[in-house]
Amino acid sequence: MSAPAADPAADPNELGREERPISERGPASRRIVVGYGFWVFLLSDFIMFSAFFASYAVLVGETAGGPKGAELFDLRYVAWETALLLLSSFACGLAGIALVARAEAWFQAAMLATGLLGFGFLAMEVLEFRHLIADGAGPGRSAFLSAFFALVGCHGLHVGVGLLWLGTMMAQVRAKGFREDIQRRVLCFALFWHALDIVWVGLFTVVYLFGAGAAVVGGGA
Amino acid sequence: MRRLDRDENAADRDELGDSRHGRDDTAPGDENAAEQDVAGGIRGYVVGLLAAGLLTAASFAAAGTGLIYGPGVPVALIALAVGQMGVHLVFFLHVTTGPDNANNVLALAFGVLIVALVLFGSLWIMGHLNGNMMPPEMMRGM
Repeated sequence: MSAPAADPAADPNELGREERPISERGPASRRIVVGYGFWVFLLSDFIMFSAFFASYAVLVGETAGGPKGAELFDLRYVAWETALLLLSSFACGLAGIALVARAEAWFQAAMLATGLLGFGFLAMEVLEFRHLIADGAGPGRSAFLSAFFALVGCHGLHVGVGLLWLGTMMAQVRAKGFREDIQRRVLCFALFWHALDIVWVGLFTVVYLFGAGAAVVGGGA
Repeated sequence: MRRLDRDENAADRDELGDSRHGRDDTAPGDENAAEQDVAGGIRGYVVGLLAAGLLTAASFAAAGTGLIYGPGVPVALIALAVGQMGVHLVFFLHVTTGPDNANNVLALAFGVLIVALVLFGSLWIMGHLNGNMMPPEMMRGM
């Protein structure tokens, strides 16, 4: 009556339902274990960011008579930052494809593009911070600005560390080739870099667009 | 006959060892196992880039112009941000709803739960604390 299922490989819903029970298949490959472990780390990183987001959201109104977000943020500038980081994430994806295809020249070119775009983003952010501090809107001015510099600075710090990691990966692929362990490290780097872009989506929405959106609502435009 | 085919497949996989994985799990961020071809992979990233770019442009338009009714702007922004995070997860991180991704998605669901607890819990509690604060004039009179 119960006809055996068709070839499991043909039907995606039959994945993992082979005749051999899961307890007898042995451990997953190293690549899956490493990728999964790094994924769990990234999720814990998201949880850390959520605490920074929460403190920012709680303190956003506590300007102590200082400037509000709507007076400080330039949406056009933030849009350029966003474009740089998004394109950097895209280039990182292309590097991942080049890695699978074992095309070293393409890999190095895509990683270089990823790094340059990421560096452009970081440089824009540092410039913005310097302007704010020069205008007397540094982290010491109000609780709102403390939370702002902590949240955006924490993301910038991640990008900076990611750039160091990126350079290391380029050098290791150059020196050691597409070895298994190097490939796993590049996989983790790509996950890290894409995750930073996800955090930035939350960041430009909550910090910059909400800040400027209040200006549209309040000012009546 | 089919049984034999499958064993050959298994032997293939064992030979490839670490670089490939069995058909029951995918590492997060792994290029789509079904399409190892370069063109298909690039197409996925281009689709993701276009979708993310569109959603970003829509976010900035919603906030920067009077296109959307004022009080509705925050809701629109949150919806667009959640949508864009979904696009990033699927097209860039390759965390999908496929059965080979169950572990990754479960971990993600737990992460989202904690993030939501931290965010909404903080806002809720701090909002109530603010509401129950003694006004500064009364404090001065003490």
